[in-house]
Amino acid sequence: MSKTPFLRRHHWLVRATHWLNAVLLLGMIGSGLQIYNAFPHFGIRGEPYLPNPWDDMGFPNAVRLGGWLAGGLNWHFALAWPFAITGFVYLLYLGLSGEWRSILFRPSDLPKAAQMQLYYLRLRKEHPPQGKHNALQKGAYSFIILLGVLSVLTGFAIYKPVQLFWLVAAFGGYELARYWHFWAVWLFVGFSLVHVLMVFLVDPASLRAMITGKYKGRFPSHD
Amino acid sequence: MTDFRLSRRDLFRLGLVAGPASLAVSCGWQGGPLQPQLQAVSRFNDWIGEKLFVSNSRLAPEHPVSERTPPEHFPVYSRTRPPARIAVPEDWALEVGGLVRNPQRLTLAMIQALPRITYTVKHHCVEGWTAIATWTGAPLSTVIALAEPTAEARYLRFDTLDAGYFNGWDLKSAMHPQTILAYAFNDGPLGPQRGAPLRVYSPIKLGYKLTKHLSRMTFTSERPGGFWEDKGYPWLGGI
Repeated sequence: MSKTPFLRRHHWLVRATHWLNAVLLLGMIGSGLQIYNAFPHFGIRGEPYLPNPWDDMGFPNAVRLGGWLAGGLNWHFALAWPFAITGFVYLLYLGLSGEWRSILFRPSDLPKAAQMQLYYLRLRKEHPPQGKHNALQKGAYSFIILLGVLSVLTGFAIYKPVQLFWLVAAFGGYELARYWHFWAVWLFVGFSLVHVLMVFLVDPASLRAMITGKYKGRFPSHD
Repeated sequence: MTDFRLSRRDLFRLGLVAGPASLAVSCGWQGGPLQPQLQAVSRFNDWIGEKLFVSNSRLAPEHPVSERTPPEHFPVYSRTRPPARIAVPEDWALEVGGLVRNPQRLTLAMIQALPRITYTVKHHCVEGWTAIATWTGAPLSTVIALAEPTAEARYLRFDTLDAGYFNGWDLKSAMHPQTILAYAFNDGPLGPQRGAPLRVYSPIKLGYKLTKHLSRMTFTSERPGGFWEDKGYPWLGGI
């Protein structure tokens, strides 16, 4: 065992919001799929439905939360509150603490992300230098934050399409807003799978750091 | 060299989070013991909805008649499946009472003699589908003005010819300019499936709030329940 000390890596707010939203997201998706089951299509009735691998397909009981449509709606609109508030608290922390600098993907990160991807494909021998997160991570984390915001916005659009007519119009109308809201789910699922995989494959010490806040692993530098 | 393996403690911590989370979403859990809390949040959301999301100056957009959904693609739902045949009595009239100064008994002819509104609007079902159709009827606000509700009246209860089916509205949404007592659908009179002889229609609420086969309207001070609402559907149903 090396004698390097543990570094303070994640503020308790980051850790708390991370795990809280992970659990809440499961509830949002479970109740969302329960709602989807009531009308498992997208588009205009009487016209061909929009492309959807799960068109006309109900999701199994095991992944649904709520039992039936009313239950799904109640869970969804109840969990939406802590989900949105937790997300907002995290964004507030990111902004006020300056931590956003270690997360935000900027245009200058594009070539660095390419180099990182080449390394993961074993086409580049040396690990590119990085700060707290590498450029691909910045891309992923910036993207998932944006996805969270879009999920909430499309959610509001389909929740109040008449009162928030301007919001629903920005997404191309009610039917399309509902479509984007659904695709966000699969992007979240895809991200989560890759995210968990990378934690265990690349830097398991990061898991301990996200629980205790203290890090002793391969990438000790900070931005 | 860094140790890549997770310690038992790390796995334990991971389980602490993953365990309850998977239990919660597995087996389509309805949330049994948490139902009262879920209902309380639903009522809180209704309160926010009434305060923030009911604007009587916000009109739902109207569509050209060419955009109507073919009626065979606009489902009709009923309390029962298949829908019960609702017999309309020869002497049907809409009873308007409760906390009002002028109770009313309005026949269809009287309602049709009132000012009429026709619009082609988008219908939103709680299930997530939409359909466009044309509705014609008397503004509910006109009938409310005839009845003159007292200051204590805050809600409107709708009773129907379908025994057991009823629900209630907030008075503000009832006064919305696009809320009507509809007696015509697309190019003809309201059919038996669509809610004959009279139904509530408004593009500002979800379909299950748009009560069919009306028989009575009662102004109340206490919030009325509703057939679907008492089973757990959101009471306000506003969009």
